[in-house]
Amino acid sequence: MLALALLCAVAAPAFAVQPNEMLPDPALEARARAISEGLRCLVCQNESIDDSNAPLAHDLRMLVRDRLKAGDTDAQVRQYLVARYGEFVLLKPSFSPENLLLWGTPIMVLAVGGLILLSRRPRRQPRTLALSAEEEAALERILSREDQPG
Amino acid sequence: MDLSFAEIGHYSLVLALALSLLQSFVPLWGAHRLDGRLMSVGPVVAVVNFGYVALAFAALVAVHVTSDFSVANVYENSNSQIPLLFKITGVWGNHEGSILLWILILALFGALVALFSSNLPDTLRARVLSVQGWIGTAFLLFLLLTSNPFARLNPAPMEGQDLNPVLQDIGLAIHPPMLYLGYVGFSIAFSFAIAALIDGRIDAAWARWVRPWTLLAWLFLTLGIAMGSYWAYYELGWGGFWFWDPVENASFMPWLAGTALLHSAVVMEKRGALKIWTILLAILTFSLSLLGTFIVRSGVLTSVHAFASDPTRGVFILAILTAFIGGALVLFAWRAPGLKQGGIFAPISREGALVFNNLFLIAATATVLVGTLYPLALDTLTSRKISVGSPFYQLTFAPLMVPLLLAVPFGPMLAWKRGDLKGAAQRLAVAMVLSVIAVVLALFLSGAKGVLAPLAVGLGIWLIAGSVVDLTERARLFRGSLSTSFARLTGLPRSAFGSALGHAGLGLTVLGITFVSSWQIEAITSVKPGQSIPLGHYQLTYVETTNGRGPNFRAEVSRFQVTGDNGRSFTMAPSKRFFSARQSATTESALKTIWLSQIYLSLGDRSDDGSLVVRAYYKPLVTLIWLGGVVMAIGGVISLSDRRLRVGAPRKARARKPAAEPVST
Repeated sequence: MLALALLCAVAAPAFAVQPNEMLPDPALEARARAISEGLRCLVCQNESIDDSNAPLAHDLRMLVRDRLKAGDTDAQVRQYLVARYGEFVLLKPSFSPENLLLWGTPIMVLAVGGLILLSRRPRRQPRTLALSAEEEAALERILSREDQPG
Repeated sequence: MDLSFAEIGHYSLVLALALSLLQSFVPLWGAHRLDGRLMSVGPVVAVVNFGYVALAFAALVAVHVTSDFSVANVYENSNSQIPLLFKITGVWGNHEGSILLWILILALFGALVALFSSNLPDTLRARVLSVQGWIGTAFLLFLLLTSNPFARLNPAPMEGQDLNPVLQDIGLAIHPPMLYLGYVGFSIAFSFAIAALIDGRIDAAWARWVRPWTLLAWLFLTLGIAMGSYWAYYELGWGGFWFWDPVENASFMPWLAGTALLHSAVVMEKRGALKIWTILLAILTFSLSLLGTFIVRSGVLTSVHAFASDPTRGVFILAILTAFIGGALVLFAWRAPGLKQGGIFAPISREGALVFNNLFLIAATATVLVGTLYPLALDTLTSRKISVGSPFYQLTFAPLMVPLLLAVPFGPMLAWKRGDLKGAAQRLAVAMVLSVIAVVLALFLSGAKGVLAPLAVGLGIWLIAGSVVDLTERARLFRGSLSTSFARLTGLPRSAFGSALGHAGLGLTVLGITFVSSWQIEAITSVKPGQSIPLGHYQLTYVETTNGRGPNFRAEVSRFQVTGDNGRSFTMAPSKRFFSARQSATTESALKTIWLSQIYLSLGDRSDDGSLVVRAYYKPLVTLIWLGGVVMAIGGVISLSDRRLRVGAPRKARARKPAAEPVST
């Protein structure tokens, strides 16, 4: 089922982040890992460069770390990669107008579904009319009669 | 041999196609004419049809087991050296074989309906079998015209190309059959929906017949997905369990819609409401199964362009997809308005809760659907390429799940027609208190670094505790003597235990996902023999790497001595395998289960100076992710065993066929 993702893994018996790739500064390395998790290994099927074994993923990991060492902010690193590889590299698509349908679907379905439910709801209020004084009295009579034995 | 297995198989498939055509039209015509003799053809043909498809499948197994490389499918996907198990599982570890498995399961379900539905009204049964016949015909045509598994090679090669090493795993023996039992099982609900639409009549009895089949399909799909997730977890080498990969999504969408269907069918059966919606859900669920088959089988995912370069198969499935989904929806639009809706209920009621469930599950299904297809559509229409990965689903799918899961324990506490939310909340007080304690405890123990994970822990506990309260409330525990409570508990319908287990299983999965995503410990480092890696409460010492051989591979096995702080000690041996036939390698991670948690060890490169790159994880409560799925499926089985006793013919049907005995389904 994961054949495609698996094939990517098979391509090279090595794996994802290598110890020698890691930055000595733990804070910087943590940022690099966080950014990597949101970047797509371009030749893989929905795998992030942090998880992928493909040689390209290795190159991208190095690139991310080079940019961080050069003093880029997280956003600048992402921008740099998008400029080079296109939006395809981001696992989280941008909130751009073209992606409105993508991001809007959950809310749209909820809203439309909710509206349909509201409009379909039968407007039948439980009509509990109060009894008139006469009816009350009649009821009282009947009830008290039933109470008596015989 | 004059007549070989391959020819027997091929011929059986042609016969099965002829029978499917017969099944597609004769019973339907009989139902139209109200001709009992024509209708009675249906069950017989369905059973014989299954016989021929099974024969064809057996023939394919036979050519694989005997390593007959004159058959292209065997040459491409098998090898004389691999173990018998993988020769057999290799039958469906490829396109042609997996389509044949799909058809086999479809024919199996058709035969089961034929055998276990003598209590159905004759016309409904005839129509259901005919719709099954349509699906069978379409896929048999697809197989014979574009994907013949029995195609021959001349001259026959001496040796096969081997099965993809990644697929040489016990996972392939279990995962695809389970998944297909689920996928294809939903075809029954679909056929019932179409038959009801043709019939123009639908009642609570319909839901009674459909529910057990839907439940059966759902529980297999649940197990299939859980199994696939575990397989990916130990095979991929870094311990991820869900990737939001389009192929995974393809199986997840029918599961979400099928779960909604299970719940709405309850409303229809018990209260006669939501009829039209349930019919639509039955159509949608199987449509998503077909869509999944298309996504996986057409190659459209690898790239739109790869699809365009060899479109025969893809276009054929797309045509099947369009014909069935389009046809069903047109029929629905035409006939559904004539169906009588029934059953009025207040928003706060059991029905209301189940509608809430459906609303959120459908929104979740739509989210996964759009997430899967949007990049494809955008690429085709505008040539813009985007990726939709796990960060997208964390921002969309996860928020949809929160209100849904919060509402789950309330559902069973509410009465039909009009419920008492305050009363339900009071009865759930214990569960609420437990969840709050869990949140505080998790917050405290995790060092208050974030609130999301502790809240998710609370959600998991809420689901589990809510299920327990559901049962204790039904048994009136602590309100009478213990013995009467116990008598009540054992007297509860099995479906009550089924739903409680289903919801509790969901809670277990939530806990597992939360723990492993938030608190796993990771160590990626390079070690030499004798050096140790600290991993939480454990020390992993690299001992040595030795060479070994398997039946069709060479292996490098590295041994690690693991010592816990409590003094416990054991060995773990991850390895790397090199398959000569395909010139490829796999990493075999080592797993050690400690209670519900696991230590996960996977290997990277070994350099000449003897140092070895290691990826080690401590994965807390990770097994709960899949155990939750198993518990859900057990809930399904228990619920099914209840239905078996009660699902007998409703009176109306029995009156029409006085001779029929209520037969279990």
